Amino acid sequence: MKLAGSPLPHESAEGHVTGAALYTDDLVGRFPGTLHAWPVMAPHAHARVIELDIRPALRHAGVVATLTGSDVPGEGNSGANRHDEPLFPDEVLYHGQPVAWVLGETLEAARQGASRVAVRYEPLPAILSIEDAIVQRSFLSGPARCFRGDAASAIADAPCRVHGELRIGGQEHFYLETQCALACMDESGGVFLHCSTQHPTETQAIVARALGIGENRVTVECLRMGGAFGGKEVQANAWAAIAALGAWKTRRPVRVRLPRALDMALTGKRHPFLARYAAGHDERGILRGFDVELYSDGGWSLDLSEPVLWRAIFHLDNAYLLPAVNVTGYVCRTNKTSQTAFRGFGGPQGMLVIEDALDRIARSLGLPPEVVRERNFYREGDTTHYGMRVKDAGRISRIWDELKESSSFDARRERVQAFNSAQRHRKRGIAITPVKFGISFTATMFNQAGALVLIYRDGTVQVSHGGTEMGQGLHTKIQQIAAESLGVNLDAVRVMPTRTDKVPNTSATAASAGTDLNGAAVADACQQLKARLAPVAARMADSPNVNFAQVVEAAYRERIPLFAQGYYRTPGLSYDPRTGQGTPFHYFAYGAAVSEVEVDGFTGEYRYLRTDLLEDVGDSVSPVIDMGQVEGGFVQGLGWLTLEELVWNDDGRLATDGASTYKLPSWTELPEDFRASFLTRASEPGVVFGSKAVGEPPLMLAISVREALRDAIAAFGDGGVVELESPATPERVYWAIQRVAAAKLVLNEPLAAGALRE
Amino acid sequence: MAIAPPVSTGLSFQLNGEIADVSGEPPQTTLLDYLRSRGLTGAKEGCAEGECGSCTVVMVRPCGEGSAYKPVNSCLMFLPMAAGHEIYTVEALARGGQLHPAQRAMAAAGGSQCGYCTPGFVMSLFAEQYRPGRNGPCSTSALGGNLCRCTGYRPIRDAALSLGPAPEDEFGLRLKMPAPAPEAFRGATFSRPSSVAECLSILAENPHARLVGGATDLAVESNLKGKRFGSLISVELIPELRVFKETSDFVEIGAALSLDEIGALWRNAPSFFGEWLELFASPPIRNRATLGGNLATASPIGDSAPLLLALDAEVRIAGHSGTRVLPLDTFFTGYRRTLLRAGELLVSIRIPKPLPQIVRFYKVAKRRLDDISTVAAAFALSRDRAGRVEMARLAYGGVAAVPTRARSAEASLVGSNWDLTAVARAQGALEREVSPIGDHRGSAAYRLAMAQSLIAKFHHETEGG
Repeated sequence: MKLAGSPLPHESAEGHVTGAALYTDDLVGRFPGTLHAWPVMAPHAHARVIELDIRPALRHAGVVATLTGSDVPGEGNSGANRHDEPLFPDEVLYHGQPVAWVLGETLEAARQGASRVAVRYEPLPAILSIEDAIVQRSFLSGPARCFRGDAASAIADAPCRVHGELRIGGQEHFYLETQCALACMDESGGVFLHCSTQHPTETQAIVARALGIGENRVTVECLRMGGAFGGKEVQANAWAAIAALGAWKTRRPVRVRLPRALDMALTGKRHPFLARYAAGHDERGILRGFDVELYSDGGWSLDLSEPVLWRAIFHLDNAYLLPAVNVTGYVCRTNKTSQTAFRGFGGPQGMLVIEDALDRIARSLGLPPEVVRERNFYREGDTTHYGMRVKDAGRISRIWDELKESSSFDARRERVQAFNSAQRHRKRGIAITPVKFGISFTATMFNQAGALVLIYRDGTVQVSHGGTEMGQGLHTKIQQIAAESLGVNLDAVRVMPTRTDKVPNTSATAASAGTDLNGAAVADACQQLKARLAPVAARMADSPNVNFAQVVEAAYRERIPLFAQGYYRTPGLSYDPRTGQGTPFHYFAYGAAVSEVEVDGFTGEYRYLRTDLLEDVGDSVSPVIDMGQVEGGFVQGLGWLTLEELVWNDDGRLATDGASTYKLPSWTELPEDFRASFLTRASEPGVVFGSKAVGEPPLMLAISVREALRDAIAAFGDGGVVELESPATPERVYWAIQRVAAAKLVLNEPLAAGALRE
Repeated sequence: MAIAPPVSTGLSFQLNGEIADVSGEPPQTTLLDYLRSRGLTGAKEGCAEGECGSCTVVMVRPCGEGSAYKPVNSCLMFLPMAAGHEIYTVEALARGGQLHPAQRAMAAAGGSQCGYCTPGFVMSLFAEQYRPGRNGPCSTSALGGNLCRCTGYRPIRDAALSLGPAPEDEFGLRLKMPAPAPEAFRGATFSRPSSVAECLSILAENPHARLVGGATDLAVESNLKGKRFGSLISVELIPELRVFKETSDFVEIGAALSLDEIGALWRNAPSFFGEWLELFASPPIRNRATLGGNLATASPIGDSAPLLLALDAEVRIAGHSGTRVLPLDTFFTGYRRTLLRAGELLVSIRIPKPLPQIVRFYKVAKRRLDDISTVAAAFALSRDRAGRVEMARLAYGGVAAVPTRARSAEASLVGSNWDLTAVARAQGALEREVSPIGDHRGSAAYRLAMAQSLIAKFHHETEGG
């Protein structure tokens, strides 16, 4: 059986189920004398620090040291590009922002010490909403523009028009393992860090910058992460810098681990968005022009907000041809956490806007939304609004047709209607939505990767590569790719923890491209080694039962190097951020989903009756891993669109800062009937083993759930547009029902009593 | 490692078959902190408030003649509370290099991705596999206290459904023997009295001591809000607080019984009770949280108060001057305040019989299971032969600073037919009677709308109208 393509469990599965798999914070016991860190957190969303007195903390038993700006030998700023994230700020820019840190012999000592630090603040006015930011022109970036044709004229000349405004909530990553870094001085005066980071190279660079030393004196290792989802792409850096500064100052190991409440209060989330749009279309629902203003809530610093906004702009089309389009986007600067990468990276927000618009167009025409969606699909030969040919556009219709068939969509649509005619207080809804997601970093330079493959004389292999393992199964796929490429057994290959001293200058493990990039680099190294070993093996072909180890030993004796570096750069990318035009993606990942829900009209609560997913993963390198990404991504997206709601208080404090107030999908969110499958005959040429990226695209399959909810809500009325902000919490669904029911003007029953007071 | 009945005494407990001495640990230390400091890092901290289950371990608890494994959140157990108990962590499961079937099933099904939540799931699944009396497949509701952010749960469900009967191994044999019997203890920072009298005297000597049942609320205050308790008094051994008695006149439930224990003891409980229990937190919380604790914390959104108010329950309180009995209806005096005086102890809850003809419990929340209510409602209704309402009790959580009954809405129903007109009348009365606040769980308007709408839903479900 081929190793690439076989359905293997996660390479660490046994470690996971026994608890033997180690995460950064599990290592503390291996570093005797470790100090624990706790931040001094500002109780204002925006304020000036007038006075900071750390002496009371130092008097507290067990407190060893404090960290303030004067302890920074290098640059006290963790902002990767704009240098806009001071580690010890004079001006507090979001609620809870650390202004100093306390290091203690125990976590308790550090925590109690931190509570004794005396800080005087001068509160300043805070901007806490996108709307406020727009009014005050408080932008971190923008306008970003992308256009094709004359959208305004196309809309004005179109037979029909719709306008919409959509508020899209953010999302907390809620990786189960919170941010954690453990720093110590190494044996030669450098700094070594264990860190839960998706981007060890950038963590290394930020730490070196903070310490004022060369990057060659900082080593970062990431064993594995307990989930990341984008939340540790840049946001791991500040905590690593604090740990390193602590180790530098005290010469003792320092552990920085954010407990959940701190992690939620201090780290960035998926960007909330506000979209305002106008669309012109014909009587059949076919789009003529689309004009969109996008505002994202970037929070207090720039972070990755610009590429997130651009990816939203690039995905405003989803799977649909926008003949004329004009998009303007801004990143709003607010006094909130600095919003950051999160699985989909702006793509989900962009797609939600066009899906909102198409549902609106369909319902305003009295057409089934799936009909309007289908009529607008890209066809072979079409190009996107940013000027890129839609590679494999025919797959959109193929997936759509196959899924409609396999999910019995048409028959179920009729059954839903029958149910709704018979039921007064419960209504069902069904929807099918497509996904087209561009694969590659939109910043072309990041689309490169390196690998280091070492063969030892006993025939065992170590593989290092630039990617990090966060649960997505990258190491499993790498192991399969390496074993397949070298022609050895899986257990001969050991994938090493990611370290900056094995492969330098790596890109973040992000953009769904971990396997595409690192897998190709590993395959490259393996192919070099294979080519070197081939003549040796050929010479031994006459001997019976020659195994890999014997070939390796023979090669060693012939003085053939048994290690190789691999490298890969994605071909064919070109994109000009000034014009918003080019080919930013290597290819597109496609998929579609059908979801059916049932809504309780008394409360707005709902159940997920059934979901069918069909995802294009190319030739899967690892089907169990890929299925895990498809199903898990869908449920995570469902959480974003339904129950996961971030609420900030009037004073800018995150009110939903824990698992009891911020609800993740649990068992009740697993659709009662859940079917997922891969598109067949879908090999992707030019990608490692014909596979396709799978990390992010399935998240957006969950848009089918939101659209199914709108379908059910509509059934409480007489048709017409359904206004529904995101997330579609039971409360929002309830009010949406009240609105459509009010429009229906049959309110003489208790259902509506006490309603309509939103 | 052998599995044997425990022999631990004082502040020590049996951990994975060995004695762990925990004397002298700081009072805010949780079992989870302790396990991790001992190098048992399989249990993880994911939330520190008993919501995510990454820290799940199992306790051996009495069950019939033998015992059962009960999953609990180690982040919510103050370390001294473990004293005298027998606890297993994920590290104990694999034997001789062989994975336990629960582990094997999770690995084979693709049930782990990042793996951080996995040890917790494994422990819940392990306990479920050995659940005494289990017929048929493992129930995924036993995993309701574990969150996974990666998989979307389908492979974990498949792992659970793939498990067969409990293995006849050491872990199975262990359950044929009784659970350990923790002993009373008296110390400066932790006491575990064995009678009401002893408890009252400790309270009298130590007025700032906090009573603790399962600590599922108190430990959250410690972990998240940084509250520190100089002295804790565990009520887990006090016999009067562990009674369960059903007579023709009442059902009496000891304040220190866990929700799980109550479910097991009330064998012929009415159906509404089972439905309510399933909506009450998660299995590991139900294994520790006590009914007394849920009432004494007086949270306006606790789930037991509305049901007990609808059932017209009374609370029995012990103090130095004896026992007093109060209607639960008068017990809550303000936000997280009750009539419990310093030095007093909530002993038991009595539900009068006969039970009302119709009782329903509703909980509106963002998530259907293991969420805190936006609005909780319990309705009790009895009708005369003519179908007119004789008695109505409409009790709510989440609509006021305290769990409350809607008296005038109730009054508007009594004496009339149970029809849509009556529903509308009650809804109108309710609007004048309650004025909920808005917060991150729901707006004030939604809470009021739910308080009203649930009456209509109640009518719909009882009358089909």
